[in-house]
Amino acid sequence: MDLLHPDHLRALLGGALIGAGSLLAFSTTRKVPGISGVLGRVLRPQKGDTAWRITMLLGIIAGAGVMFALSTEAASYQSSSSPTQLVLAGLLVGFGTRLGGGCTSGHGICGIGRGLWDSVVATLVFMGVAMLTVWLCHHGVHHTGG
Amino acid sequence: MESTTPEANKRPAMDPHAKTFAKILFAGLLFGAGLAISGMTNPAKVIGFLNLAGGAWDPSLAFVMAGALLVFALGTRFLPQLPRGQSDPISKGLVIGAALFGIGWGLVGFCPGPALANLARLGQVNDSLWFVPAMAVGMILVQRCFDLDR
Repeated sequence: MDLLHPDHLRALLGGALIGAGSLLAFSTTRKVPGISGVLGRVLRPQKGDTAWRITMLLGIIAGAGVMFALSTEAASYQSSSSPTQLVLAGLLVGFGTRLGGGCTSGHGICGIGRGLWDSVVATLVFMGVAMLTVWLCHHGVHHTGG
Repeated sequence: MESTTPEANKRPAMDPHAKTFAKILFAGLLFGAGLAISGMTNPAKVIGFLNLAGGAWDPSLAFVMAGALLVFALGTRFLPQLPRGQSDPISKGLVIGAALFGIGWGLVGFCPGPALANLARLGQVNDSLWFVPAMAVGMILVQRCFDLDR
């Protein structure tokens, strides 16, 4: 593997920006800015706690939008998921992240970044299950006549 | 991570100065730009990482996590006023929740951040129109069924 391959450096840089944005939000609000929580708590609004969450979500959409416009590489997209799969997956992700208390940013970055053991466990679980799910979808399901 | 006791369900209000919101907006801009630059808004790259047996393994997501963790961990270390927090006990909810999230993520390659970020390209890419409302419904179900404000 070429560690200094442009793709990897781009991923590292993008990750650093994600970390920086998370850190700035955390430092400003003193609340963990895992995205599942940021959205989740907008859905259960409380006075004084909702406006910043909406602001951050809008910022995320805008920041991504700017990059999509500036970089064809950033704008590349490939997916073969049907609407049914997307709805099912969305339900699972929404339910699972709130039940589990976080997602890739909440547990994976903010939790592990603070050395929290429950986030390490959660991350290992969702990473492992996701990899198993991909394996089952791509390799484990034998198509008839294939 | 965050307390789930009833008293803690009342979340402290944030000081609503314009400067504070400007910082948060900027934080979101950084986050969203990072998602796009790193390719995490492209589900094929995410699945490429999760697909260990595919033959063309894409390690990008690992580099994204490494970059993010480096910045966040160093930042929390050197900004002592930030709440370190405490690990919650490893509960059934944590494990089952993480597993369900993993299934959904593995199915289509979307987690909450990238799905929301992709709302920026509705018209060209419409997958978020299906995923995001469903995700919101899933979240509301947890909050209504379990009354668990995590």
